[in-house]
Amino acid sequence: MSDINIFIKDRDGVSHNIKAPIDISINLMELIRLHELAEEGTLGICGGTAMCASCQCYIESSHPLPKMEAEEEAMLSEAFYVKENSRLSCQININAKLSGLSLEIAPE
Amino acid sequence: MIKTDIIIIGAGPTGLFTVFEAGLLKLKCHLIDTLPQAGGQCSEIYPKKPIYDIPGFPEILAGDLIKNLMEQCKQFKPGFTLGERAEDIIKKKDGTFVVTTNKGTKHQAPVVAIAGGLGSFEPKKPILDRLDFYEDKGVEYIIKEPEIYRGKKVVIAGGGDSALDWSIFLANINADITLVHRRNEFRGALDSVEKVRELKNKNKINVITPAEVTKISGRDKLESLTITSKNTETELLADHFIPLFGLSPRLGPIANWGLEVEKNAIKVDTFDYQTNIPGIFAIGDVNTYSGKLKLILCGFHEATLMCQSAHKIIHPDKKNVFRYTTVSGVNGFDGSRKEAKKPVIQSINN
Ligand SMILES: Cc1cc2nc3c(=O)[nH]c(=O)nc-3n(C[C@H](O)[C@H](O)[C@H](O)COP(=O)(O)OP(=O)(O)OC[C@H]3O[C@@H](n4cnc5c(N)ncnc54)[C@H](O)[C@@H]3O)c2cc1C
Ligand code: FES
Repeated sequence: MSDINIFIKDRDGVSHNIKAPIDISINLMELIRLHELAEEGTLGICGGTAMCASCQCYIESSHPLPKMEAEEEAMLSEAFYVKENSRLSCQININAKLSGLSLEIAPE
Repeated sequence: MIKTDIIIIGAGPTGLFTVFEAGLLKLKCHLIDTLPQAGGQCSEIYPKKPIYDIPGFPEILAGDLIKNLMEQCKQFKPGFTLGERAEDIIKKKDGTFVVTTNKGTKHQAPVVAIAGGLGSFEPKKPILDRLDFYEDKGVEYIIKEPEIYRGKKVVIAGGGDSALDWSIFLANINADITLVHRRNEFRGALDSVEKVRELKNKNKINVITPAEVTKISGRDKLESLTITSKNTETELLADHFIPLFGLSPRLGPIANWGLEVEKNAIKVDTFDYQTNIPGIFAIGDVNTYSGKLKLILCGFHEATLMCQSAHKIIHPDKKNVFRYTTVSGVNGFDGSRKEAKKPVIQSINN
């Protein structure tokens, strides 16, 4: 078993059921880019260093997520369209526990 | 009108290395960049982070790489139009291009190299009513002339390095600074945070946290701002409001230049990275082709090959002979320096 399902709603409101690998190290931002679910050049601008907030997403399910580090919290505090369930998708590595996770990509 | 051989749009690593490669072929370059400084993503996003895949450098800070590229190309005396965005291009009857910026600066050359990376870095704007009305009427996103703030009431919003650094800088030229941030904690270099704390204790900076600017007011220009902190609103008189929430890249006007664009990147022929418009090249992160990787070293390679074709366009009658810098130096590519220094040839057993 090396794939889990992740449900991603893109910026146009379209839902995608994505198979995500768990046998390689990949984060949610990379998964979104791999499947081209956001316009090229609009998501993952800082390469996953919690420095741009372009990868912000809203987590719609109650899966166990890694705790927010200070950098992520600080970056989100400067971002726009932030909600209670906002996370930087580059800071969440995919693992088996995230099977069935549901998220929406935040507006640009 | 600024005249040159190659107009380079974008002063990131690719644009800077193009100056060097063009310089070897005796071609002059002029760079245009929206940012007030050279270096593209390396300077704007990660100057203090290390890069490990620049050939010959096991590790180099992005900021140092840019410093080195500037040093390497300086001998060819490139021109710079910084803080302006290339907005418009026209092809003249004589085959040359004229590129005009948003500030109206015109540049003319037979070749244009678009090295625009992920796009022109544009400020992220806060969501505020009638914000666009107040732009350039008291609201600014990039500080180009710090002197205009001397003695003025300035409100800076943001919690990163630029908000901290500009608050310090402007407080030191006697601007009346209020720094507003959504959280109590700032996301900046430790010494900048310390410095702001010190200035606050000396009453030279007013820091309001956790708070947000929620309204701009004024008849013809910005006159005051409403600041909301823990559900309490306060009105603050202000001459300038500078929101510093970072920059995000936008392909912007280049997308309308008639170039073939795919997934926000410009399609090129990998023979010489020319676009569908002869004389316009696209190199570095801004281009796309089968197998493209957005890496600095790929941009360097593309710049080098592009300059060969640029030379043919600019000097159709001149032969360009392949040479090594080791042999010809950096000024000998036109054959003006015939030979490199010869080694000493002497017998040891005489
Ligand atoms: C955090 C991070 C880490 C990275 N690490 C590496 C790494 O380890 N190795 C590696 O090889 N690469 C790395 N990269 C990628 C690398 O930085 C890019 O490949 C490189 O910067 C591309 O250079 P460029 O000159 O093509 O474009 P950019 O650096 O993007 O520069 C383009 C410039 O063009 C300007 N511009 C665009 N349009 C206009 C216009 N219309 N008018 C005026 N100016 C305009 C922009 O303002 C910008 O300054 C990293 C990137 C990031 C964000
Ligand atoms: S990619 Fe920039 S914060 Fe996640």
